[in-house]
Amino acid sequence: MALDKLTGENSMLFIRSEQLFDFARRNSLWYIAFGIACCAIEGLMSASGPRFDFDRMGVFFRNSPRQADVMIVAGTVNKKMALTVKRLYDQMPEPKWVVAMGACASTGGPFREYPNVVLGVDKIIPVDVYIPGCPPRPESVQYAFIELQKKIARRTEERLAARTS
Amino acid sequence: MSDQCEETLGVGLLCEGQHDPGTPPAGLRRAPSGVDGLSTEHLIINMGPQHPSTHGVLRMIIEVDGEEVIASEVSVGYLHRGIEKLAEHRRYDAVGTLMDRGDYVSGIMGELAFALAAEQLMEVDVPRKAHWLRSLTSELNRLASHLVWYGTFGLDTGAMGQFLYAMREREALCDILEAITGQRMMFNYVRPGGVVADLPVGVEEKIRAFLATFPTYLGEYDQLLGGNEIFQARVKGIGVIDRDMALAFGLTGANLRAAGVDFDVRKARPYAAYPELDFEVPLGTVGDAWDRYTVRMGEMAQSARMIGQLIDGMPEGDHIAKVSKIIRPAAGEVYASVESSRGETGVHLVSDGTEHPYRMHYRGPSLYAVQALEELLPGHLLGDVVMLIGSTDVMLGEIDR
Ligand code: SF4
Repeated sequence: MALDKLTGENSMLFIRSEQLFDFARRNSLWYIAFGIACCAIEGLMSASGPRFDFDRMGVFFRNSPRQADVMIVAGTVNKKMALTVKRLYDQMPEPKWVVAMGACASTGGPFREYPNVVLGVDKIIPVDVYIPGCPPRPESVQYAFIELQKKIARRTEERLAARTS
Repeated sequence: MSDQCEETLGVGLLCEGQHDPGTPPAGLRRAPSGVDGLSTEHLIINMGPQHPSTHGVLRMIIEVDGEEVIASEVSVGYLHRGIEKLAEHRRYDAVGTLMDRGDYVSGIMGELAFALAAEQLMEVDVPRKAHWLRSLTSELNRLASHLVWYGTFGLDTGAMGQFLYAMREREALCDILEAITGQRMMFNYVRPGGVVADLPVGVEEKIRAFLATFPTYLGEYDQLLGGNEIFQARVKGIGVIDRDMALAFGLTGANLRAAGVDFDVRKARPYAAYPELDFEVPLGTVGDAWDRYTVRMGEMAQSARMIGQLIDGMPEGDHIAKVSKIIRPAAGEVYASVESSRGETGVHLVSDGTEHPYRMHYRGPSLYAVQALEELLPGHLLGDVVMLIGSTDVMLGEIDR
């Protein structure tokens, strides 16, 4: 939606604050640059590289959890790492979303028999989108972000419906 | 102030703004402490495991006096996921999947190290073509890995543009590797006895198209980063790992060769098609971060050269020897190593004659580099820490395993 098309001179725009804020949130999903293992190369580095160029979707990395909306858990979380993941998640401001990238973050992946490995990051933090693959292609990470945008749009409708009913 | 400066800086390097690469790091760029009777207090800084520049989940605990690092401790284990233990429960042809995920940026080399070890036990004759394909994929993978290093090392020193170029080239390599092996990163391509698949139709042209431009681009990339005065000022003479220190810590790969030690597994214990290839091993002189940079850039040029030779001379024949579906090698104990992007990646394999390895030890070169970092950092400025981690090109997957 190109806002400047809707707004001519002297025109006014009526929009519910939820819609406006969620519109902004959905289109500037900043993720925290937090690569744990192999998936980070595909999900964070290739993603910000020139071919996949997530920036054009408003998806951009921030180095601090306090500036991030999304956490891509890209890699195997083991028990030593789990505390850090949880702490980083807690440091992110609301509203926040989590993408579990790859088999490891979703279920433990190829390492799930090993006792030290957390069997999916959803054991410690809530996950919104799971991406299968080992590693998932950067395209699937893009798809995950599109799904996340849809999810946020649904959330807007739900919030509006709750207010009007 | 200038007297103080002379005194505390030792050779007065900072005052003159010059670098003398021959000077050892002790006392280099030492910040004046206790000026005008003001005393300073030590501060302990925790860096990582979530830090954009630690190349994974490395955690460092750094004690600083003002800007100067006086002690550092490396804490690893945030990515420990039991590669060695899990290998004891995998069949021989499936261990490659785990080795891929060790040094995950250059997976082929890990697989190759394991396959070489298993083949010693199996006493199988690997076809010549398989050797050539192994070398070809290794060199393609080395380029991809060094490009990731080149891009991120620039980021560590504060540059940005080179990262985008490096990623662009890496995508071309990923495409080629995907065409050959079926995956962009986790190949599971090299198996005991050979490789999984022959070169597909059309990939040769892709590689030739890549080689037509890459050497020129590489020169430009070198100019872009290495020709930058700020970059040079940040890396020249900093982080000297001299010959003795490198040998004492067991460093291999570019970190060792930067100190002038001519050791490359491809030359010292030739494997795959390397005895038949014509290539040079770039060497550094003093072992500072700049040398490590030039050695790796030189290696990229050599890799491109080798890829050309490998494509031109690719032999005909089978790509895998006749091996049974379930491999049960003879009981015994062997060690095999390859020159991966980071150094000597070795596999020590113990077999008891069953279909699973009895014990597999994975020698990851980054583990040694990260130990050297602990000793290297004291005496440097806090701002150089990130650059120095980048210059050793550590990969957490193979440190924690
Ligand atoms: S899912 Fe696969 S690629 Fe991703 S972190 Fe796990 S092992 Fe690595």
